[in-house]
Order: sequence, then structure tokens, then C-alpha cells
Amino acid sequence: MTTSAPWPQQVSRARLHVVTGKGGTGKTTVAAALALALATGGRRVLLVEVEGRQGIAQLFDTQPLPYAEKRIAAAPGGGEVHALHVDAEAALLEYFTMFYNLGFAGRTLRRMGAIEFATTLAPGLRDVLLTGKVKETVGRTDGNGRHVYDAVVLDAPPTGRIVKFLDVTKAMADLAKVGPIKGQSDGVVRLLHSQDTAVHVVTLLEEMPVRETLEAIAELSAADLRPGAVIVNRVRPPRLPARSVTRAAGGRVDAGRVRAGLTSAGLDLTPEDVDGLVGETVEHAIRVLAEQSAREQLTEVDLPAIELPDVNEGIDTAALYELAEALVEQGVR
Amino acid sequence: MSNQLDVDGLIDNPDIHVVVCCGSGGVGKTTTAAAVAVRAAERGRKTVVLTIDPARRLAQALGLRELGNTPREVEVEGFEPVGRLAAMMLDMRRTFDDMVLAHAGEKRAREVLANPFYKTISTSFSGTQEYMAMEKLGQLAGEGRWDLIVVDTPPSRSALDFLDAPQRMSTALDGRMIRLLSGPARTGGWGVRKVVSAGIMLFAKAVSTIVGGQLLADASAFVQAFDSMFGGFKQRARKTYELLRSGGTAFVVVATPEPDALREASYFVERLESEHMPLSGLVINRTHPVLAKLPAARALAAADNLERAGEAPLATAVLRLHADRVAVHDRERRLLARFTKAHPSVPVVDVPAMPADVHDLTGLRTIGERLAGG
Repeated sequence: MTTSAPWPQQVSRARLHVVTGKGGTGKTTVAAALALALATGGRRVLLVEVEGRQGIAQLFDTQPLPYAEKRIAAAPGGGEVHALHVDAEAALLEYFTMFYNLGFAGRTLRRMGAIEFATTLAPGLRDVLLTGKVKETVGRTDGNGRHVYDAVVLDAPPTGRIVKFLDVTKAMADLAKVGPIKGQSDGVVRLLHSQDTAVHVVTLLEEMPVRETLEAIAELSAADLRPGAVIVNRVRPPRLPARSVTRAAGGRVDAGRVRAGLTSAGLDLTPEDVDGLVGETVEHAIRVLAEQSAREQLTEVDLPAIELPDVNEGIDTAALYELAEALVEQGVR
Repeated sequence: MSNQLDVDGLIDNPDIHVVVCCGSGGVGKTTTAAAVAVRAAERGRKTVVLTIDPARRLAQALGLRELGNTPREVEVEGFEPVGRLAAMMLDMRRTFDDMVLAHAGEKRAREVLANPFYKTISTSFSGTQEYMAMEKLGQLAGEGRWDLIVVDTPPSRSALDFLDAPQRMSTALDGRMIRLLSGPARTGGWGVRKVVSAGIMLFAKAVSTIVGGQLLADASAFVQAFDSMFGGFKQRARKTYELLRSGGTAFVVVATPEPDALREASYFVERLESEHMPLSGLVINRTHPVLAKLPAARALAAADNLERAGEAPLATAVLRLHADRVAVHDRERRLLARFTKAHPSVPVVDVPAMPADVHDLTGLRTIGERLAGG
């Protein structure tokens, strides 16, 4: 991981950036910050959500997104971020209207649950519809043949489901071998397996997220999908001098030395409070050790790595811009 | 501060027979369920814990090596509870198979189990895991071998899926839709206006071009075979739902002090209230209590002074990490205050973060003590 540039040329050439990660690692936040970073300097980026959670609207503090592209933020240097919430049912209806003239029966079918039923019948269909819509936005051009979006960032399903979601070829095995959806899905397969797509995995420096990250990267490679970067989120600064970490994690903190230091700083604490500080120090050291071993494990995969700091005040729009800046500083463009 | 959730009061109450742990993914539901079960067994209850997809090492802590689909007595060194503890991992395919076998004659059951569409429904349909977790709970309750069942819920996108899953499954497997799609001509009595039925014809045609004729034929055969069992399924789902609403059940919502998890917890609390489900309280996992009474600003000022003087690097580090911890703690309090303001009557208990992952009985006992406010 340390051997590669943080954001190499082949990643910055990608037009579709898929962001996945274990639940709770902050994948939606990272996807939004990445969209802002890519838009920095005057580009136009689309941020797409497919999970129906309306996480983007919450992050940017706006009304729930409709099934339509909407400008949600300006990026430094004149860029802009648009957002789209793709809903499988709406995509299916749109799709039907494109190829069959359903008229206003569509709405009634929706009320009857017919559309949910069709996507239930073939679970792969849902994913094909969602990725199909994403592909349409990536490939869309204006009257002059120029791409409408310079890049598309997809807030994708979590690591546990990502390969199944992107492996449209497999999903299509359940579906019709001919017809319009087959033609469309062939295009999706070409895009997802090409140089134009990079799949980034968000992780925390914790045991389970790192394990899932490694598994997801292996699975992605096996399915001939291209892992982009590992984005380590919520990195906290280590406070202890490196040489004391192991000892402190084993419970050996020199309370006398701590007390002497506190006294010379003019702090006169009760023995209980000094014990409390020592307790906090031991827990901190145990965590730092766990983070070190998580980092080591991540070096098993030779992928570019980006680190984002922990934003303790919580994620609001201002914090998103800070994270985007951190990405730009590490070479994201 | 809101009132404290009394976990011991809950598990010692002989009238409580089911504890359901729910919450969004990644908040430690399974660990909480296991810790509650271990504590209940050690306090004398005949307990069984139903886990969904536990982390491997947690499963090992309970002596579970594989999906069993039937409870097995927990036999771990150093574990001699006053009561009893059995544990199981849900095998959703087998639970579904068992349900089919129990409700259909042998011939029908064989037809259903052999149908390719059944494979899809029993493994990939979103909601099957939730439905099967509730089915298994119903079975365990029906056996009457346990006086306390602790249930973990699946890590679904929405934490409420297990309440809705049986209904969704009913809609999906209800014969009407499939008959409509496989042969619109034969469907009568739909009460749909004519102008729409033309649309339906087109829709049916469109669906069959998309999913392929074979799949539709399989689905149709499946639904026909399934029809006879359907009443039984619905009845069982209703019975489990009633069990969940009874006074013998206690819902424990689990969250972490993070905005997403607490938002989900709020949503859950509201939903449980509107369904008249008995909510016991909220468990906040992985909190970071401050262990020394020293304000962050003073700690930072002192650290700056020491650093300038180039003195006492250890004390400087200790002061800085303390200030970090105070900041984390304050943020957690703020987030929790938002929840308690919206739901002042919901009892809460904090479970301070363990420095390392829990994967043995000692760890589960410690969490149990923290759950009980110790």
C-alpha cells in the first residue's frame, strides 16, 4: 500500500468512482467528499445514491432527493456537484416507458406492487436497473458530444454485497437472453470492467472493517473489477511517544512520572484523577496498537491509500469541504 | 439525564420470556444479545440465544462451530451457570425448508423444494432472513423448553424489516400477481379498470421479455404448489407478531453514539410505539466515559506549556489524549441528549467501549456487568 502513489494516474483517469465499505465506516460521507474533491477546480460531478437511505440529502442538509438530478453543492474553483437518488422501481418504470408505451397504467401498476413484484421475481433485476441508470449518466453527452458529467461518484452497497451488485453478468444469467435489457446490460458490463471505473474501499483502522476490506478487494479482483484506492477514514492522531505504546498497552504507565509532569505544569490532581488519566492512557495505547496492526494488514494489498482525519465535531457540510480538501491535498483529482 | 435501563430487572422478571435486540448494522447487536443471554443463564434462567450471522470468534465464544439450526447447550470451560444456556445460529434455508415440510404433504413439499424459483426466494429475497428469524423465534417459543429466548435481529438496511418481512413475503408469494403476469387473460375479479388492463397486458409482456419465460414458468409452478400452504404461513406469521406484542416480550434497541445509529434507533422506537410493541429501553454501545475530572481546556493549556518547556513528554501525551477523550465524550453526550429529548421516557444504559474486540466468555461477562450498570 505504501509503495503506490496516493492517487495514481490510472485512478484519476476513471470516470466512474464506486465507493464501498463496511457499514459504519462512513462510506456515504467519503463518497460525498470525493465528489466535492473531484469537482474542485471547475469540474461537474454527479453523486449517485442507490440504497434508498437518503444519506446524501442528510449530509448536505437538503430535502430528500427525488429521482432526478439536482445541483446540491458548489466546489472550490467553480466546480459543482449534482446528486441523484436512483430508485429501482422508478428506474424500471422509466425503462418500460422507454421501450413500451405503458401510458399511465404505470402508476397503477406501481400502486398494486407489480413493480416491486417484478424486481422480487428476479433479484438480479434490481441491480441491473440501478447500474444501468448509473451507466447512462456516465455516458451521457450534450449536443456537442461532450460528457455532461466529468465524473460520477457512486455511493454503492456495502462490502458484503458490492461484488454481487457490480457483477451484472451473473445477475443477467437469471434474466432474458435477448431483448432491450440484455443490450443495455452488455454496455454496463463493458463500463464496469473497463479503465473508466475504479472501486474504492472505505475502511477504519479496526479489525473487522480491515478484514472485510481485504476480502472485498480479493473478491473484486477475482471478478475482474478494478479496485481503486483504500480510503482510511476517521484517522485519529497517536499521542504517545512511539516507544511507550507497547508498554502502556500492557498496563505499564509510570504514574509517578505522569504525576511529576502534571505538577511541573501546575496541575495538582487527586490520586483518583491521576489513576483515571493512566486508565485513559492504557486504553489509548491498546487502540494505537490495534491501529498499527490494522495498517500492517492493509499493506498486504498493493493499492494506493488515502487517509482522512476524524472530524470530532460530527459531519456537517463544512466538514465535508474539509475532507474534500484533505483528499485534494493527497492528490485526488 | 434520562432514567436508567435496568437489564437485571428485565432478565430476572419471570414474566419476560422473549428479549429482542434490534438496531442498525454494526452496532453490536449480536454481542449484546450474547452478553444478555450469558448473564441471564448465570442468574438462573433457562435461556436460549438465537444469533444471526455472528462474527466467527463470537460464535466460538459460545461454542458454536457451524450453523446448527437447532439450539445446542453452551459448553465452554469455566461456564457453569445456575440456569442453562443454549445457543444457535440461524440457517435460513433450512428454516424455510422445515417450514415447507411442516405445512405441505410430502409430495407437495418435494415439488416446492425442487423448484428453481424456490431457491431464489429462500436465499436471495430481501426479507427472507428476517422472516425466518421470526419463524424460528415462533418455533422456539412453541417448543416450551426455554423460559427466556434472547433474539438477535438481522443486519438489514432498515432495522425494522423483520416486522415487515412476513407481509412483504405474503405480497410476493400471493398467487394473484404471478397469475396476472403469467397469463393476464385468465385473471378475473381484479376489479381493475379496463384502461389499466391494457397496460397490464403490456406490462406482463414486458416483464416476460425481461425475466425470461422459463423463470416466469418456474415462478408460476412454485406459486401454485405454494398456494395450499399459504394460509398456514400467514397464520404462523400472525402468531409470532402477537407474541412480539405480548407483555412477555421486551424489545431492547441497540445503538452506538453515532448520528446514523441513533437516528435509526429513534425511528425504531417510534415504530415500536406505533405498533404497541413493548420497548424496554436503549443500549448505547461503545461509549467513552471520561475517567478523570480535568477540563479539556486546562489539559491542553498545560500540555502546551510542557511542550514549550520541552519537558515531560509522557505527561504531555497523557494530557492531549485526555483532551481528545473529553471531546469524544462531549460529542457522544450531545448526540445522546438529542435522542433523550425526543424520547424522554425511554430508559437508557451506556456500555463503555472495550479496548479490544470481545471474543470470549470473560468479555461477554464484562459487557453483561456494564449492561447491568456495573
